[in-house]
Amino acid sequence: MLSVETGVRPPQRAPDAAFHADLIHRIASNRDEVAFQGLFATFGPRVKAVLMRQGCDPQIAEDIAQEALLAVWRKATLYEAGKGSVATWVFTIARNLRIDRIRRETAFQSLDDDRPEEASDAPLPDEQVSSGQIQARVRGVLAGLPSEQVEVVTLAYIEGLSHSEISEKLGLPMGTVKSRMRLAYQKIRTALEDLQ
Amino acid sequence: MTIAHHPDPASLMSYAAGSLAEPLSAVIASHVEMCAACRKDVRRLEALGAAMLERVEPVAARAPELTGLSQSQPAFASSVRSDGVLPAAIARLVGGGLDKVNWSTVAPGVQGCKLPVSHPGEGLLMLLKIGAGKRIPEHGHGGAELTLVLTGSYSDATGRYERGDVADLDEAIEHQPVVDPDGECICLIASETKAKFKGVLPRLLQPIFGV
Repeated sequence: MLSVETGVRPPQRAPDAAFHADLIHRIASNRDEVAFQGLFATFGPRVKAVLMRQGCDPQIAEDIAQEALLAVWRKATLYEAGKGSVATWVFTIARNLRIDRIRRETAFQSLDDDRPEEASDAPLPDEQVSSGQIQARVRGVLAGLPSEQVEVVTLAYIEGLSHSEISEKLGLPMGTVKSRMRLAYQKIRTALEDLQ
Repeated sequence: MTIAHHPDPASLMSYAAGSLAEPLSAVIASHVEMCAACRKDVRRLEALGAAMLERVEPVAARAPELTGLSQSQPAFASSVRSDGVLPAAIARLVGGGLDKVNWSTVAPGVQGCKLPVSHPGEGLLMLLKIGAGKRIPEHGHGGAELTLVLTGSYSDATGRYERGDVADLDEAIEHQPVVDPDGECICLIASETKAKFKGVLPRLLQPIFGV
């Protein structure tokens, strides 16, 4: 069964986007290993936990978590706050590595961090503040979502289930699953409207 | 180019979560490449992924050794040249542009090219080239289905679809798309085998492609 109550909880301390960006900056400029340890301590155990929830063997989950954070270590100089928070960057890297293990191709999971962006995606002037604000607002929306919407979002993001798998698991029509996802996203879109 | 038909936000959400079936992800990735609005949506949905990560109970994990590792510049994605018609993700699969596609006849006036996916039992990904005025053949088999127009246009009860437009229709909708009379239409089509039918072969294309 879904364990919204047991496995997922509100964060005890809201991680600070500016603090994460500073760690990345220290890694990029000085190859600061202490900063890397801080970054791994923040994200590694959570990335590993998600992978295990999606059925990865603990050893493989740890390998992928290490690999994800090592990618951050190597690519730190390429990080641009205007493209999103460090947490979002780590999330996408870990997602792509997971998919890489189960698929032959990762080509379909785009939004590669290296591609130059079009003008419409240009970072806002105060980019660091902005990515921190986005993170804070998304967190706020999530905290206020009805539990039935949190449930489908959790099944998609944490358990890695498709629409039809969620519909089977919850015994709900596919249309209901999708409409709960749409409602959840609509709230996020509204909350971020003035920022992007 | 004005894109009128976008994927369902629920599809974008699962795409961002990494939980959308591979063939469907290919279509979403291709659309996102052409659509700045959906790129923005995907970024927001990735920020939601980061927020979800914060809510997970962490487990003990060992940090990796950094000894001997350098901060090298990552290799850039291999540069398979697209012709501006095929999305980059599809050009990589095909090994180039439209001229590299190995078409085979599916029906009179309809050609198809099945693209490789990691787990063929989970669904189909294919390019279809349909002549002017022809009906787009039915290819679904109970699961989700996505169609992205690459060239030309077609129309059905839900409207007209041109380059960049995605049909992300509920399984219950009867659409019956017909290619517009002014020219052929090339589409990227994906379907997912419904969870409870996994392993059951897609009925209609099975004799043609031998999947």
